Amino acid sequence: MITGIFTFLIIFAVIGSILYGQKLIKTEKSDAVFGNPERAKGGIHWVIVGTSFLLFTWLYYSWDIAKSFYPKSANELCQVAKVNESLLSLKYLFPIEERSHKSTALIKRENINISDKIIEIQNSPDLKNQVKEKFVNLLNKTRQTIPLLTNEKYLEIETKNTINELTNRIKQLTEDFPKDNYPPPLSEEEENKRIEATKKQLGWGATGMEVPPLPESKVGLKFHTAAQELNSISDEFFAMRNHHPEYLRLLNEIRDEIKEYRNSLNDDQEIETTYIKEIKKLGQRIEYESVFPPNTLDEMEKAIRVFDKVQKKEQGATRIKDMLLFPGGTIVASGPTCAEDGPGRWLPKPSDTFRIFGDLLKPSVGFKMIPMIWYEMMGVNRIVGFLLPNWIADIMPGKYPVHTSDGTVEPNFKSKVLDVVTGEFEAFKIPVPTGHIWDSFLRVFLGLTLGIILGVPLGLFMGLNRFAKGFFDPLVELYRPVPPLAWAPLVITVFGIDNVGKVFLLFMVSFSIMIISARAGASGTQLSKIHAAHSLGASRWQILRNVIFPNSLPEILTGVRVAVGMCWGTLVAAEFLAGTTGIGFVENVARKYMQYEVIWITIFVMGMLGLLFDVTIRKIIDKTIPWRGKG
Amino acid sequence: MSDLVSQNVNMIFKSLKGETVHALKDISFTLKKGELLTVLGPSGCGKTTLLNIAAGFLRPTSGTITLGGKEINGPGLERGMVFQQGALFEWLTVNENVNFGLRMKKEDPVKTAKKVEEWLDIVGLQGFGNTPTYQLSGGMQQRVALARCLINDPDLILMDEPLGALDALTREKMQSLVLKIWKETGKTIILITHSVEEALLLGERAYVMAPRPGRIHKEYKLPFASLGLKEDLREIKNNKEFVTKREEILSMIWDMEEEIMGKENLG
Ligand SMILES: Nc1ncnc2c1ncn2[C@@H]1O[C@H](COP(=O)(O)OP(=O)(O)O)[C@@H](O)[C@H]1O
Ligand SMILES: [Mg+2]
Repeated sequence: MITGIFTFLIIFAVIGSILYGQKLIKTEKSDAVFGNPERAKGGIHWVIVGTSFLLFTWLYYSWDIAKSFYPKSANELCQVAKVNESLLSLKYLFPIEERSHKSTALIKRENINISDKIIEIQNSPDLKNQVKEKFVNLLNKTRQTIPLLTNEKYLEIETKNTINELTNRIKQLTEDFPKDNYPPPLSEEEENKRIEATKKQLGWGATGMEVPPLPESKVGLKFHTAAQELNSISDEFFAMRNHHPEYLRLLNEIRDEIKEYRNSLNDDQEIETTYIKEIKKLGQRIEYESVFPPNTLDEMEKAIRVFDKVQKKEQGATRIKDMLLFPGGTIVASGPTCAEDGPGRWLPKPSDTFRIFGDLLKPSVGFKMIPMIWYEMMGVNRIVGFLLPNWIADIMPGKYPVHTSDGTVEPNFKSKVLDVVTGEFEAFKIPVPTGHIWDSFLRVFLGLTLGIILGVPLGLFMGLNRFAKGFFDPLVELYRPVPPLAWAPLVITVFGIDNVGKVFLLFMVSFSIMIISARAGASGTQLSKIHAAHSLGASRWQILRNVIFPNSLPEILTGVRVAVGMCWGTLVAAEFLAGTTGIGFVENVARKYMQYEVIWITIFVMGMLGLLFDVTIRKIIDKTIPWRGKG
Repeated sequence: MSDLVSQNVNMIFKSLKGETVHALKDISFTLKKGELLTVLGPSGCGKTTLLNIAAGFLRPTSGTITLGGKEINGPGLERGMVFQQGALFEWLTVNENVNFGLRMKKEDPVKTAKKVEEWLDIVGLQGFGNTPTYQLSGGMQQRVALARCLINDPDLILMDEPLGALDALTREKMQSLVLKIWKETGKTIILITHSVEEALLLGERAYVMAPRPGRIHKEYKLPFASLGLKEDLREIKNNKEFVTKREEILSMIWDMEEEIMGKENLG
């Protein structure tokens, strides 16, 4: 419904914008020169067209337009798919969608297999000549079973009758199928049961990618019933064996010979065992394949072709919907179930996506019982306990209390301090943020902050001091070019898969970037500024603090901006590897369960957060270093 | 007496490759307190090097340079510098640039603020105190640089092509300003320039330096600076003596440049 309105809105927006664009061109004075950059200015209406185009592509290729205008179409296509699936095994017997008859292809292949095996055996250095002769003989006999399957002379009456019977059933189905009273009505009880079951099934897209499989419309029921009949026909056909007594006699002879030979083999004659097994397998394959004489199935082929034509015609409107509204794929059937196959499967429908996004944002639902971003009440005592190290209590004077003889423990000053630093006291609660997004954000923030706090001073030092540059350069240059994720296995082993490991990984990323940018900033300071500060009476520390540092700030902040981007990318990948929270974790789990909507939502959230970080830092840069590029 | 005395100053640069550059050779001169000396010469003749030695940024290879009898040994507050591009701290406002020296000395902020105001008045920047320096024009930036240097009350002011990057009009105004400040404060000034006119207009004395090795080639005693305090600078430029001196020095420098070119082409 909403999708429908939306589709129309998009179409109106596009048409309106194009008309506006045309009007705009007419009012502008004409510009004969090509390449005037002025002509690229403005053009909000084209932004609307571009956005609409993207949205429309999304709606169309996710099959959301089909779903919103024809909610039952997937169910009908499912029934059609069932017929196609049942028909497929029968069609494969004939050059309908293949180049040759199945029998022809099989015979060709088996002849080649046998010839290849003969050559292999004759060239084998591990076999005695006598054994080779025996094997080749067996293979030749196996080859001789083929004509016994393909000669009309050996086709049994019983087999012929079954083929005729199946052909007639196909013809009957072809005749009944287009009729209005097909399928024949069920008994009232059965019909009620069917309707009951149909009502119970969920709608299209309600449970991810599935399509409701039970027929919900008259046309659907028709195809569903026909598919069942076709299934039964093909089952019966493939159960049939074209085995004449003559063939069975030769087959048994070969089998006996093989058995006898195998009994004569010792345990250590592995090569011979392998070969004889392969020879046996070749014979067995021919035995179970449906090989028939050349023209035996002609009548059946004709019947199938006619039925195929009829069922295609009967698809009618459904066929057109399939072509127009299911771009890039269709609904496929596999046994009793149906699924989307194509972009409709991995490109989630906007309507589903927004619904699931809404669910994810609900703090009570979230993902894996953890909200995306929310808050929880946390006692101040826990925060204090986390922030203060426990050794504070250890260095206090006195001793920890010892229990008394009446079985109680008297707290003293030292134990009270311990209670404070471990957070074991009563305190009011304050809200603190939690959730996947917050966790990811906090990791980036901590890794980045650590990297800045340690990287900037070291980088400045390296920019000013030959020893520092020489000494730390090898360290930094050895680890920096390695893609950060390559360090992940080691870092995770040392620091654990939880926050510490990830924060350390991000620290590694930001540290090297901050060093390099701070160093570039420091070494780029004009000597005249330092001279000026010197002659104004500044000390070394004052020069570092008041000249070199602010002068390097543009480089440092650009470094921060790069580092944020790198950290964000690394973090998501690291969360993919391991962990139990974070936006990357969400995507990884969604991938495992093929929740394409969630995957797209996480991609979107990551993009938005990345953009948010970048814009924020850009704002900060503009605020703090307005002189950039103007010095 | 705080005279600047240079005795046989030599400066030889050695590069890592082993090449040596004799940047200054046997420079000896005396600059009395309150004198304004301009130094002129083709590029690469050691002007900046001489100034850096006087400022204490470089130590001469041999020879001594003293100010008021004390040997110059590192940068000091009694010697202020003004650079070609101003070398302002562009992240600071005009006020913060001007009071930089006093802030580093942790002087009383109230007194400092008063002093800053006075100096901004003198250099003609009243009301610009809170403007960020990167928003100023080139001429205004040089005014800030002057104020920043003068607020420390140095005995000697060293200027390395302070007006080199300015357009002709601004430059003329700034020349008047330099003369005015020199007159009012009575500071000793060394001003390096590559403009012959500027050297003649501003200097009581002018040295023309010659390159390879860098040395004082010729010395001029000039009357124009004292004239310039009374008369319009543009009129002085048409003064007959001024014109002859200018042409003489110009051809001298021209010859030096030719010689350098010749040597380079041969070598
Ligand atoms: N730090 C240095 N190391 C090596 N050579 C230098 C250095 N500084 C200046 N020179 C050389 O000394 C000579 C004089 O330089 P400088 O005083 O800058 O000339 P000017 O300011 O007159 O143009 C030049 O040839 C320059 O190449
Ligand atoms: Mg110079």
